[in-house]
Amino acid sequence: MMSTSLKNLNQLPVKLTSGHRLCAGCGEPLLVKQILMGTQRPLVVSLSTGCFEVSTTVYPYTSWNVPLIHTAFGNGAATCAGVEAAYQSLRKQGKIKEEMDFVNFAGDGATYDIGLQALSGAMERGHKMLYVCMNNEAYMNTGIQRSSATGMGADTTTSPAGSVSPGKQEYSKDLTAIMVAHNIPYVAQASPHNWRDTVEKAKKGFNCGGPAFINAITPCPRGWRTSPSMTVDMAQLAVETCVWPLYEVVDGKYALTAESLKIAEGKIEKKPVTDWINAQGRYRHLKEERWAHVVDKMQANIDKRWEKLIRLSKD
Amino acid sequence: MAKKKLEDIAINGDGAVAYAWKQIDPDVCAAYPITPQTIIVEDFSKFVANGEVKTEYVCVESEHSALTLCAASCSAGARTFTATASQGLAYMWEMLPITSAMRVPVVMAVANRAVSGPININNDHGDAMAARDTGWIQMFADNVQSAYDNAIIAPRIAEHPDVQLPIITNLDGFILTHAVERMTPIDTEDVKKFVGEFEPVCPLLDYKHPTSHGMLDGPDFYYAHKHQQVEAMDKALEVSEQVFKEFKKLTGREYHLVDEYRCDDAEYVAIILGSSYGTMQETVDQMREAGIKVGAAMPHIYRPWPEKELARIMKGKKAVAIFDKHVSLGAYGPMYSEVVAAAADLEKMPKMYNFIYGIGGADTSVSILKGAMESIVKGTADKINYAGMKL
Ligand SMILES: Cc1ncc(C[n+]2csc(CCOP(=O)(O)OP(=O)(O)O)c2C)c(N)n1
Ligand code: SF4
Repeated sequence: MMSTSLKNLNQLPVKLTSGHRLCAGCGEPLLVKQILMGTQRPLVVSLSTGCFEVSTTVYPYTSWNVPLIHTAFGNGAATCAGVEAAYQSLRKQGKIKEEMDFVNFAGDGATYDIGLQALSGAMERGHKMLYVCMNNEAYMNTGIQRSSATGMGADTTTSPAGSVSPGKQEYSKDLTAIMVAHNIPYVAQASPHNWRDTVEKAKKGFNCGGPAFINAITPCPRGWRTSPSMTVDMAQLAVETCVWPLYEVVDGKYALTAESLKIAEGKIEKKPVTDWINAQGRYRHLKEERWAHVVDKMQANIDKRWEKLIRLSKD
Repeated sequence: MAKKKLEDIAINGDGAVAYAWKQIDPDVCAAYPITPQTIIVEDFSKFVANGEVKTEYVCVESEHSALTLCAASCSAGARTFTATASQGLAYMWEMLPITSAMRVPVVMAVANRAVSGPININNDHGDAMAARDTGWIQMFADNVQSAYDNAIIAPRIAEHPDVQLPIITNLDGFILTHAVERMTPIDTEDVKKFVGEFEPVCPLLDYKHPTSHGMLDGPDFYYAHKHQQVEAMDKALEVSEQVFKEFKKLTGREYHLVDEYRCDDAEYVAIILGSSYGTMQETVDQMREAGIKVGAAMPHIYRPWPEKELARIMKGKKAVAIFDKHVSLGAYGPMYSEVVAAAADLEKMPKMYNFIYGIGGADTSVSILKGAMESIVKGTADKINYAGMKL
């Protein structure tokens, strides 16, 4: 396989074309293009309903140069599994000769919430597919509602900050850990600011021979109330604050990667959660003194999860 | 076509469907158990375990995923089957219209069962009727033989290039699924020849010609796409008739869009679906012996709705009784409204009576059906009647 150098990646055929209708600065197409660079084999892409799907499949146009299927919101994993099952059958019968890849892209709502059952089922059954969660920490397509991936303290349209509420009151679900518990060959957290790390992880996911899961932080300027020009910086900040650590779990073995590894090794500094909060409109209200205890809780939770991850990666 | 004559066998309806599928040998099958369908997927799993089929058999975690997997695998280019009933079909509902709009000829057996609540595992048509408007072709069977035959006919109708729609083959829960009947199977070679190779349209796995499936439509395209489904449904009527003819040539067994029994000279006609059609034929014979001219008819294809054939059968009759094993709460039995619509163009409309019956598995005996038919002959029936309700 080719090396992950910009020069090489630049030569690859375009699978998702420009001209899609996502917002300026949306993190999703950025991530998707990086993931798709992880394989040169023929592939079928499946999508769960969400911003990314509705913006790239507006009939009679399509943004796709590769076969593409979307069925519904909560069943991207089952859709992808169905294509893979057809492939396994036709391949065994000798009707298809080539090795092919299968990938589903879904938002965090489609993954953490409504689609969790289908995802769990597909992973448990061992379909050879990569499932990628584009985690923008809310239901963006329906207008910024909370999901179980939404961070504590975020102001969303169903967890609004108000006179008695600091926004979302609960911690985000650790879905990556749930996926690790499925004992699948490859699980990772990624971020599109570090394209090399993401492409490497996608390669490993596609090549692991079984089900793979990548959870990627995917900034949404509209939902996060950030400038479209800040998307990559926001993704980086998520990693630098350890809100979104980068790591992979290969056959059950944890390893921190990229900046997260450097933070763990003390080579770069772990930034405080206030940096994360201050950079985004959705946390604007947390600057008020009366929500200081919420910020403390957020920091404490980040620290706890981060320390656990360091422990796991030393095992 | 070379025909080999096979010995009759004793088999239940679920077993017969699984047997037909074994002969067809689909590429992919998604399985999730629910009474009274379970025997189908269990029997089929044994064929898989013993290497008698080449099918990729996927035990999914729910019916929602079962139908999703089917729609996707059929889009990918594989002939795909599944089976369900009642809550399972309800759980699939989101994927029913999506599957038909994707124009993939998935084949699904539905072992008809009452829908919760209250929970009830017995037969009625509440599940099939709730799936009626989702763009699936629906066939009904009146005995184990026709459940088997439908399973073989179904892919031919669904996969026809002018149709390309998913299809449900209904069979009454327990009455057909679990009761053992005598059945004449078709030689497997003949089944394979009759059903033919699957020729998918724009399959996803043809990656050299990439296509996008399941896209977003604005109002104008959505409307136009729905209309294309309407046209495909209309075509399915013609195609079904053709396939029935070919099937008759192969087996001698005759099916029509609407199966009829002694309707020609009848003054009173009963329209009824599924296994009760047999009970109604016995009722007709008994009433004929008493000198009352009755007949019975069953839409073998329920979707698309064979309204011309029904109108022809109803023409000149004094009264028609429509028997519904489901009630649209707050209105009528669903078939009643549709039969009335089919009769609306007749010069003289017969008197139209609705009988709700067999709900949640309630008794459907000859005496109940006879009582109903006698009440329309006497003109004592109400517009809507609840036949056989005991409490
Ligand atoms: C069964 C069902 N419920 C609700 C919806 C409405 N819906 C469409 S997309 C969406 C949210 C998508 O959020 P997410 O998965 O996080 O993706 P994003 O748009 O944020 O990328 C919702 C609630 C739906 N399509 N189907
Ligand atoms: S709302 Fe957010 S996730 Fe959706 S297209 Fe816009 S930037 Fe992307």
